[in-house]
Amino acid sequence: MIEAVGLTKRYGDKTAVHNLSFQVRPGAVTGFLGPNGSGKSTTMRMILGLDNPTAGHVTISGHPYRQLPNAPRHVGALLDAKAVHGGRSARNHLLSLAQLSGIPARRVDEVLGVVGLQEVAGKRSKGFSLGMGQRLGIAAALLGDPQVLLFDEPVNGLDPEGILWVRNLMKALAAEGRTVFVSSHLMSEMALTADHLIVIGRGQLLADMSVTDFISANSADFARVRTPGTEPQAREKLTSALTEAGGHVMPEQDGALRVTGLPLPRISDIAHEAGVRLWELSPHQASLEEAYMRMTQGVVDYRSTDDQKAGLHQVPPPGAGPAVPVPGQGQPGWYAPPPPQQGGPLFAPPPGPYGAPQPNPYAQPAPQGQGPGQPAAAPVTADRTEPEDPR
Amino acid sequence: MSTPQPPLPQAAPRPPYPGYTSPIPVVRTHLLHAVASEWTKMRSVRSTMWTLGVFVLLVVGIGVLAGAVVGSTTADMSGSNPLELGFFGLLLGSMCLITLGVLTTASEYGTGMVRTTMTACPSRGRVLAAKAVVFFLVAFVVTLVSTTLTAVVQVALLEGSGAESPGGEDWLKATVGVSLYLALLGLASLAVGSIIRHSAGAITIMIGVLLAPLVIALFMFTDSLKDVQQALFEYSIPNQLSIFYANSLSDSGPSGWDPLWMVLVVTAVAFGLAYALLERRDV
Repeated sequence: MIEAVGLTKRYGDKTAVHNLSFQVRPGAVTGFLGPNGSGKSTTMRMILGLDNPTAGHVTISGHPYRQLPNAPRHVGALLDAKAVHGGRSARNHLLSLAQLSGIPARRVDEVLGVVGLQEVAGKRSKGFSLGMGQRLGIAAALLGDPQVLLFDEPVNGLDPEGILWVRNLMKALAAEGRTVFVSSHLMSEMALTADHLIVIGRGQLLADMSVTDFISANSADFARVRTPGTEPQAREKLTSALTEAGGHVMPEQDGALRVTGLPLPRISDIAHEAGVRLWELSPHQASLEEAYMRMTQGVVDYRSTDDQKAGLHQVPPPGAGPAVPVPGQGQPGWYAPPPPQQGGPLFAPPPGPYGAPQPNPYAQPAPQGQGPGQPAAAPVTADRTEPEDPR
Repeated sequence: MSTPQPPLPQAAPRPPYPGYTSPIPVVRTHLLHAVASEWTKMRSVRSTMWTLGVFVLLVVGIGVLAGAVVGSTTADMSGSNPLELGFFGLLLGSMCLITLGVLTTASEYGTGMVRTTMTACPSRGRVLAAKAVVFFLVAFVVTLVSTTLTAVVQVALLEGSGAESPGGEDWLKATVGVSLYLALLGLASLAVGSIIRHSAGAITIMIGVLLAPLVIALFMFTDSLKDVQQALFEYSIPNQLSIFYANSLSDSGPSGWDPLWMVLVVTAVAFGLAYALLERRDV
């Protein structure tokens, strides 16, 4: 059980964590979410007694960490995967920690086996990949077989197999009755791993609730309604009929309608009464990611801007047309680079949370690139919605 | 902001909540655990081998070389102490010990390892003490072995050159004395490394402390600074080191075992500061 009361940390005049109070209970995986620079790592360091809080206090099982009897046997932590001396072998690194905590040396080989590093145990950790470093950090956290576990971004740099392994490990640890506190900024990962969520932004608590509650509290599910594209008047008609019935209707870019506030059968009935045919009537449930984006949109510290490359454009050589994207190659939208200015609409990536040039449905209204018809900070603007159950 | 509390039936404050109990026996840790850990850390990185290897090479190599060169010439060494020849190698070698001392603490800050260490041992003073114990023993033993070896070889090489055979206290000062002095100097560097938390910065400071007084004194030509120059010469580390060989640059100033007490005080002060800062600062 981790208990923080009024935890505050200031660095000069910058407040990293402000009046944070929460509890982390045993027997569950508690996700600790927040954008970059929101104070997650600072909070973790204060829990471990590495940083002294400016105000407030945090206890583990009723004691401040530094007063905890047998602290390393009670709490295990992965703070930073790179926090090892690169010249030391994995086994010696763990051995030094085991000796420090009075843990038998054979436990070192056990945890090396648990994280799958037996083969490289004698190698210097300098040559480890990020994923191997994470595994070494997890091994250090598991070394004392502790009751409370803290992981700061444990899946950074892991391959899919490693991510799955970490996910199952967290769940297994929690199922044994341990307290598992995992920070991450990967929503999708937390949706699959955590039972409970603590969300912070700019060092302040935004939410402390179960994953299911979090999604239902922070997302508005909606129905997508599509009328035949050949009959624009039918669309208008349906819109007014739905609005009359108390629904909230918003047009989407591709001509579909996004309806909130009305159950699906009712929408169907209204369309039937209005004599409008429907090409699509589909339910959409917001994912945890959307719920998170919606909640933290106002508290993101580091926001990217469009890459203007002002004045750096070269005149393309004659005959060299814009490169045509190969179908099926590259991830559409999500990680696509911003389109070259000459590229025109051909390159416009589908709107997505990370497709910077498009109006970001989750971001605060940007000074540029916001179409006049685009309602800023509309209640529901998410475009990429997976109807799948986020759990 | 309020904290919504999902109703938990067993939310009764503390003791009996479902927890996990490890089958591994819990032992009460003390300084010796930390010492074992620090010994593992020290022996498992190459920088230890490098710095100590270079140290031994400088002390023994230069010492033996000097002995061989002087012994092969026909120079009359009567009245002088053959152990004096060990001084040059030791002066150069002291930089290796300074480096090793700084690295023992500061390198953990460079890599971030210190957060792992301090999480595994929240008693920060214990970690610092363990580092000091391990470093001091290693530095003392290595220096003692090197200086003794050098001294024995030098005395043997200079046997026929008329140099007087050193007495008991000469031997003690040239082996145990300088070894204690250098190990304490390294220990002060260790404390400085913990205060500065930056390897390169702390090494630079310590090399500066080692060489600057002597270099500055060399450029004090005016008469008005005569006293300052004299003091800088006498209390500079190279001169203190040479006092152990009874060939101080000046006749006044510290003599006998004085340098040892001085470095002891300096190291103690550095450790007090390092400990106070370690307890107070964020890791």
